[in-house]
Amino acid sequence: MKKDNYPKHMVEVTTTNLMREQDKGKLPVLDVRNLGIDFGGLTAVDGFNMTIGPTEISGLIGPNGAGKTTIFNLLTSVYQPTRGSILVNGIDTKGMTTAKVNRLGVARTFQNIRLFTDMSALDNVKVGMHNSIKCGFLSSLLRLPPYFKAEKEANKRAMELLEFMGLADIADVKAGSLPYGVQRRLEIARALATNPSIILLDEPAAGMNPTETEELMHQIRRIRDTFQIAIFLIEHDMNLVMNVCEGIVVVNYGRIIAKGTPEQIKNNPAVIEAYLGKKETD
Amino acid sequence: MKNWLKKNGKNFATYAVVIIAFIVMQVLSNAGVLTRSVKGYLIPICVYIVLAVSLNLVVGISGELSLGHAGFMGVGAFTGVVIAACLKGVIDNDILRLLLAMAGGGVVAGVAGVLIGIPVLRLRGDYLAIVTLAFGEILKNIIGNLYIGKDALGLHFAFKAENLHLAEGGKKILEGPMGAAGEKLATFGVGFALILFTLFVVLNMVNSKEGRAIKAIRDNRIAAESVGINVTAFKMKAFVTAAVLAGMAGALYGLNFASVSATKFDFNTSIDILVFVVLGGMGNILGSVIAAAVLYVLPEAMRSLYDYRMILYAIVLIVVMLMTWSPKFKQMVQIVTAWIKDSVRKLFKKSGKEVGLNEER
Amino acid sequence: MTETDLSAFVIDCQEREETVLSFIQSLINGISIGAVYAIIALGYTMVYGIAKMLNFAHGDVIMVGAYISFCVTQYLGLPPIVSVLAAMVVCTLLGILIEGLAYKPLRGVPSLAVLITAIGVSYFLQNAAQLIWGSAPKIYPSVVAIEPVQLFGGQIVITGQVIVTVVASVLIMVALTLFTGKTKIGKAMRAVSEDRDAAQLMGINVNRTISTTFAIGSALAAIAGVLLCSTVPTLMPTTGSMPGIRAFTAAVFGGIGSIPGAMLGGILLGVIETFSKAYLASEFSDAIVFLVLILVLLVKPAGLLGKQVQEKV
Repeated sequence: MKKDNYPKHMVEVTTTNLMREQDKGKLPVLDVRNLGIDFGGLTAVDGFNMTIGPTEISGLIGPNGAGKTTIFNLLTSVYQPTRGSILVNGIDTKGMTTAKVNRLGVARTFQNIRLFTDMSALDNVKVGMHNSIKCGFLSSLLRLPPYFKAEKEANKRAMELLEFMGLADIADVKAGSLPYGVQRRLEIARALATNPSIILLDEPAAGMNPTETEELMHQIRRIRDTFQIAIFLIEHDMNLVMNVCEGIVVVNYGRIIAKGTPEQIKNNPAVIEAYLGKKETD
Repeated sequence: MKNWLKKNGKNFATYAVVIIAFIVMQVLSNAGVLTRSVKGYLIPICVYIVLAVSLNLVVGISGELSLGHAGFMGVGAFTGVVIAACLKGVIDNDILRLLLAMAGGGVVAGVAGVLIGIPVLRLRGDYLAIVTLAFGEILKNIIGNLYIGKDALGLHFAFKAENLHLAEGGKKILEGPMGAAGEKLATFGVGFALILFTLFVVLNMVNSKEGRAIKAIRDNRIAAESVGINVTAFKMKAFVTAAVLAGMAGALYGLNFASVSATKFDFNTSIDILVFVVLGGMGNILGSVIAAAVLYVLPEAMRSLYDYRMILYAIVLIVVMLMTWSPKFKQMVQIVTAWIKDSVRKLFKKSGKEVGLNEER
Repeated sequence: MTETDLSAFVIDCQEREETVLSFIQSLINGISIGAVYAIIALGYTMVYGIAKMLNFAHGDVIMVGAYISFCVTQYLGLPPIVSVLAAMVVCTLLGILIEGLAYKPLRGVPSLAVLITAIGVSYFLQNAAQLIWGSAPKIYPSVVAIEPVQLFGGQIVITGQVIVTVVASVLIMVALTLFTGKTKIGKAMRAVSEDRDAAQLMGINVNRTISTTFAIGSALAAIAGVLLCSTVPTLMPTTGSMPGIRAFTAAVFGGIGSIPGAMLGGILLGVIETFSKAYLASEFSDAIVFLVLILVLLVKPAGLLGKQVQEKV
């Protein structure tokens, strides 16, 4: 990414190449250029630039109201950007619906969990597999052999995914009646079911106890290693972010204030200021 | 096996109830137990069951409040009457003619469903409800002013009686506000077959990836979009399927009476069908079947009460809604049932002891 | 210009004048019926905005109001103004009663369940009216005793009903706007309509606020009933249902929940209805009215003056 693309107001950041060794020379899964959105007269996000390699785990942090979820909503076409562009695997998502962006390879979870509460955990995952189930409307209606074959395969894969997330034993339980932490993991399983190339996790550890969070950290790494996909997460739990993420982007007031490795972010004065406020004596 | 029963037991029960009811009715009818007026209800009951089940697909499964279902029924009814009239003399078999008329009614209602669904399904909640209501009234209004005649040259359409220009020997099929002169082709057997067909389509649809997608959209639209489901397309599938089924039911209805007029297919009929769906339980297909049958018969059964029957129907409706939904009522019902259970148990304990003593001896 | 040309010109002018005058007359008639729709729509919109329910029985409360005022003038021989007041009192009590018995127990359940209950109430009112007053239509004598105003040598007639209806609807709209904007209970209503839970936490008695809303809506329905029957003088148990649906359409048209929206929607609907009857095809006036509604909603999905609320993700 060229440096002069960055807006001028940005804090100077030491950019190291965050790409993992194996991602080098490959097309980034997500390439965001100068992204911005205004609500009415209010600029919620501006000048957002970043790339994410095909198997990178990156974090998006910032104080409350910094525009993190808005960025996720832009990446998934829930909002259409006012400025800039988003390339998913090299394809511009301008004007696409959320569903289409998902079919391009972007899956997500939600800060305020959005499961299909009236359906079983298994069915939630099967809804995620919707587009990979190859069975026509007529086959379903007339119960032709392709229907049974497709359903059988779907069941098998959905169970595998549930097992992967450690949810096999609650497959038949209604999603709405599951505990909070389990719901968060089920949302990840459902997102994985769409065969994404990048998965956006919006505060995956919110409401989890320390043990669950610890477990989640392992799971996030395992997801990347098993499926070889990129992960981009918003999280307030600094322990998780610093331990799991390879690259971190910090935003405040809708703009990037720092980018770098966990080490660099920890010691960045702009970040410390954003989180703790400016020292009065300065 | 147990798993299969758990998954398919409810569907199985639905089919079983319908088949048993049909057999019982057939036996009673052949035995001559049923009066003429009761026999007259059988086909309308079939029609309303199909309408309720199909509307449940939209309101219960897809979660969109539609207030214009009777419009599709009307489109189907008049299409059916016209097709049946056109085929008269071409096809001698009445049942075949009826089936073709129903298929035609379904297709035309389906086309109307697509045309209406495109604008309507972009809206949400109460706005969708009012627009479906509006479309229902528009359909009724158009049908109610449409004149169709048939002569040697073919079909003639007009919006004014004098514009029909029928040739010598031509016959009017549809006469605007006067309605259409139908033909009694409908049979209970075909009505029963239509119910089975409807159940087959709706239940198979609900228990497939289409059904999952539709339910997912109802539960959480944004999440459904986020997993790649095209929301409008699936709402459309449910809406159009329901329209096709309503059209077929409408054709059966239209061909059950000597005459049908457009005023039958108004807002009030749509509301009646909606009442069946809500009282039967949203998304509960068997519930729709039973509610449609019972609630259609109820006002008729109360005919001896003359003027009081509709007011009683209204009270029943309100009380049932309060009983099923109000938390306070539910609590009261729970207390009462607990009390009854308790006293029954006490009663049984007493008598049980006595029985036990007797056995010892 | 020759003699014949001139006379043709004069005739042409006269015809044009006649078309203009008949246009104005249609406009006046449209505004008149529209003003009635507007008053009904105001009741709908208030109840919807605060209780978040479609009160399908609203149209039937109108009918009850009309019957009460009919009975008071015809059987008791009291002056029209007393009959209006009596209708308002009875409808207000009826509204509170319906709300307390049928809707209050269903607070917080899915709106569809409440809608079906409202339909039950509507059936009940219609059939109760049929039992009490019979199904034969009654001729309702207008309560308005103002002489019609004649303009352009009697080519345009503005009847007393038209004047009273339009003035009443404007007064009601202004009064409601002031009421919801300035008074304590009005502010409570707005708070409940914005966020019921938050309002409750702020110490607002939500149940009482909703009951008050129903009371006001029903009192408006009584006025609407009297004015409706003064304009269209046949009174039967089903008199309220079609104007009720029309007014509901008007409320949606203008943006449901919005007081000026209901007014605008009602007037526009009345004008469109009258014009389509006068200039297009009278038999398709229903279809045209509803078609316009659909077109408006497609362009502005929340109605003309409604607020578009985006779901937070």
